[in-house]
Amino acid sequence: MSSAKNRLTGGQIDHSQSLNFSFDGRRYTGHPGDTLASALLANGVRLMGRSFKYHRPRGPFSAGSQEPNALVELRNGALREPNTRATTAELFDGLSATSQNRIGSLKFDVLAVNDLMSNFLTAGFYYKTFMWPAAFWEKLYEPVIRRAAGLGAMSEKDDPDVYDKGFLHCDLLVIGSGPSGLMAALTAARSGADVILADEDFKLGGQLNSETLTIADQSGADWAAATVAELATYPNVRLMPRTTVIGAFDHGIYGAVERLGDHLSVSEADKPRQILWRIYAGKTVLAAGAIERPIAFENNDRPGIMLASALRSYANRFAVAVDQRAVVFANNDDAHRTAQDLHAKGVQVIVVDVRPDAPMSMDFEVLRGAQVINTTGRLGLRFVDVQLQDGSTRIIECGALGVSGGWNPNVHLTCHQRGRPVWNAQQQAFVPGDMPAGMLVAGAAAGAMSTYDALATGVTAAAQALDLSANLPDVPAAENAPVEITPFWYVQGASRAWVDQQNDVTVKDVKLSHQEGFRSVEHLKRYTTLGMATDQGKTSNLLGMAIMAELEDKPIEAVGTTIFRPPYTPVAIGAFAGRHREQEFHPKRLTPSHKWAEEQGAVFVEVGNWMRAQWYPRSGETTWRDSVDREVLATRNSVGVCDVTTLGKIDVQGSDAAAFLNKVYCNGFAKLAVGKVRYGVMLREDGIAKDDGTAARLAEDHFVVTTTTANAVSVYRHMEFVHQCLCPDMDVQMISTTDAWAQFSVAGPNSRHVLQKIVDQDISNDAFPFMACANITICGGLRARLFRISFSGELAYEIAVPTAYGDALIRRLMEVGADYDISPYGTEALSVMRIEKGHAAGNELNGTTTAQNLGLGRMVSTKKDSIGAVLSRREGLNAPGDLRQVGIKPVNLDDKVPAGAHLMNAQGPVDATHDQGYVTSACFSPTLGHHIGLGFVKDGANRLGETLRLVSPLTDVDITVELCSPHFVDPEGERLRV
Amino acid sequence: MIIDHPLLGPRDASEFVYLGDASLIDRPNPDTEDASHAFYEYAYLRDNPAGLHRELWFHEAGDRSWLVVTRNTETHEITKVEFAKDVARLAGRSL
Repeated sequence: MSSAKNRLTGGQIDHSQSLNFSFDGRRYTGHPGDTLASALLANGVRLMGRSFKYHRPRGPFSAGSQEPNALVELRNGALREPNTRATTAELFDGLSATSQNRIGSLKFDVLAVNDLMSNFLTAGFYYKTFMWPAAFWEKLYEPVIRRAAGLGAMSEKDDPDVYDKGFLHCDLLVIGSGPSGLMAALTAARSGADVILADEDFKLGGQLNSETLTIADQSGADWAAATVAELATYPNVRLMPRTTVIGAFDHGIYGAVERLGDHLSVSEADKPRQILWRIYAGKTVLAAGAIERPIAFENNDRPGIMLASALRSYANRFAVAVDQRAVVFANNDDAHRTAQDLHAKGVQVIVVDVRPDAPMSMDFEVLRGAQVINTTGRLGLRFVDVQLQDGSTRIIECGALGVSGGWNPNVHLTCHQRGRPVWNAQQQAFVPGDMPAGMLVAGAAAGAMSTYDALATGVTAAAQALDLSANLPDVPAAENAPVEITPFWYVQGASRAWVDQQNDVTVKDVKLSHQEGFRSVEHLKRYTTLGMATDQGKTSNLLGMAIMAELEDKPIEAVGTTIFRPPYTPVAIGAFAGRHREQEFHPKRLTPSHKWAEEQGAVFVEVGNWMRAQWYPRSGETTWRDSVDREVLATRNSVGVCDVTTLGKIDVQGSDAAAFLNKVYCNGFAKLAVGKVRYGVMLREDGIAKDDGTAARLAEDHFVVTTTTANAVSVYRHMEFVHQCLCPDMDVQMISTTDAWAQFSVAGPNSRHVLQKIVDQDISNDAFPFMACANITICGGLRARLFRISFSGELAYEIAVPTAYGDALIRRLMEVGADYDISPYGTEALSVMRIEKGHAAGNELNGTTTAQNLGLGRMVSTKKDSIGAVLSRREGLNAPGDLRQVGIKPVNLDDKVPAGAHLMNAQGPVDATHDQGYVTSACFSPTLGHHIGLGFVKDGANRLGETLRLVSPLTDVDITVELCSPHFVDPEGERLRV
Repeated sequence: MIIDHPLLGPRDASEFVYLGDASLIDRPNPDTEDASHAFYEYAYLRDNPAGLHRELWFHEAGDRSWLVVTRNTETHEITKVEFAKDVARLAGRSL
């Protein structure tokens, strides 16, 4: 039922079923087992894209993932994926593909004019052209030239597919399922080891699926199928087709992308499109095969010109004759197999072999000592110009030209730990050099090019990896021909001869790079962009380096090679993200009162991973300021409540607990009485303030330390460091209890009245004075902790209960506080009140300020050693006139004080050298009725009352402000102590 | 990367947090005359070896132990993993 004009019989496709698909809007049919490229070729379509720079017509160059040319956009709408290799895209019913990088149609691409300008678009074009004028970057270069030179376009819509991540462990990871990979897997499987066999192809068997050779009296493909079937019976073997191992990372960890939905019309419900696996492998056998390399000659990039092995693969595996007339251009014996296979399929073949002693054939003509010197055909190959051994030219009409310059072992993954391949003169190829620990290489990837050697090295690699000596599988009989090759890289005199087809790098560019002094392989790569496209130069790198070696008149091993890096092939960003996107981008931590706050209609804000209530709007309030001002005044005039659970809590216990806190806080804690809380500042060892908080002494050997929300994790880490690394014998244990206790601040002149209604003990000022703390009970017996501390500056408490009771506590507090019009307040009101009170927070503890800057210099005890104490005393941090925290109020009370604005002397220039300081925190103070700020000013403590200019040139702010005490509210602290 | 924890066995690097050179254990004596110079060196100066490097890792998503990991900076091979507490005691640190 095959109707496509170039379709043969046989192969590894299912001729009994047809699949409909479209390319650039035209409908075609193919079969299960086809790739998009093979199906198009079967339908006589060779032109599949336009090149990156010159917009030359291009068709597939390979039949695999090394493809530089046939990049298309697959699917439509949000599902559209650009730069998909048609040579690996598995055909499915309804597949829709579009060509890319063109203006107009694929056949009449307007930008093909670039090809005529090729003299200007040579190596180093960017470096030479885009130097000036600077304005041209935005106006011309980026929009116009980027548009002209490029790949596919993104959908610019959210990716609707689901991606997942997973973890796998195995004794042996086998990468590649050709003859060596299958034998390695079989050897390991029979020993009982846990084996993963991964291959990027949808059909396991590797190169065997593309060959006609036999293994143990079976066709290679049948032997592969039988071996895969046997492997599938082992419970200790996991077969992973459609899985590309993208990188070899440290300590036997491999990244792999498994494509579960790419070959389906519609992804299965609830199944991810792709899974990014992290594979922990005891040992690894790399059996990634080899990649054929081209020869460069004039106009060697027309559709229909491809690697000889690709012609073979399309004929044998995909049952496609690219054209009924083909030429094979080669320097080695393996390419003659291509000719033989094509001949067997009825294709008329002529071999052009550069070697005067190339083997002859009974079946097809062999032109010895001949070279392809040019080709013609506007949108696809039509004629090949061959220079014969006698110097005459013969023009051959054909639609397919297979090129083979030999085979390169696929060493990509051996380079991922910076291993450098080494030159093998006999094979005329780079073979693996230093490898990642635990990796062994087998088969063609190791330079074992014959089928027999591939099978045999598969067994020995697995045996060596797993230390096996007995019960190894027998190596079946197979061809064992030596590599017969004469090095030949490019046809002399060729200029517009492509080396790297994806980045449009020609022989001429390599010569120019040489001429201009960019001769080391690393310079060659970057100057010409050789091998820097999405294919990482899998087919082109060596050719470029060989040409450079010839120009340098050095052997290739002296020129060396660049190396490869992960990923092996491009990976969708979605696969790296997995499920971590949108709402699931990071975990969400909810406070104990979250549900209650939601019921109140609170507006939430993300604080790290926490969701905190920012304010609680009430009906009639039109702006956030309405709500925040009300919450502040309600608290200052009566009582407010705020969930402060997010502050870090660290439980510190042990007979040395006090001595330990003395070490981590710059101020003294040894003499803190049981039942008392103290404010403390921690310094970094370099003398800069790290964090502040309180430590409450609940017992002789028991403290509860609080940290800021932002530093809860790092302070705990730091305290463990100080204990384990600096004073390991101190008897002290600590644990983070941030999530164990729900904690609420109850603040305002009526806070005691409200709390006394639920606290079982007496909390009068005499019984429970300022800075007291205690284990208490509430509501007739629930254990709780009470701290008389204040961030707002009001009479205030913090009350903590086990987290499970947090929701009940907020509801009870609101109930018993109703008589006092208790008001919940959010982080905004919290912040306004602490600015009014002049308390430092994250904006002031910003990693550049010292205790001295914060006005807390006297807290740093000189009577004891503590972290940061020594360096806090160094000269540079104690220079006269250094920054001090001050309050800032506008002289014109209607002016707003913007955070981030800088202070300048009232008289004098406004520039960075005359900077006097800056504003760290600012807000509208409902208590004072105007805007206020906190900031750091040079010699600030001695300049209170002075008038300065506050400027922000970027936002056109220039106002006059007065420096004042940072304690805008209750500077004497009387309210705290009532 | 995989770190072979002395008690818990091989654990993925994602469970750990890196701090830096294990010389941070050698905090100078604050009571000597040249303490400020010694602390300056302690806080700011590090060797940058190509080869074996002793460094501090915190098992934050695990048992919260600080470890001294000896890692080859050229190959990432890890040759030794010790509890920082033991290293500190060997260096004479106590209280």
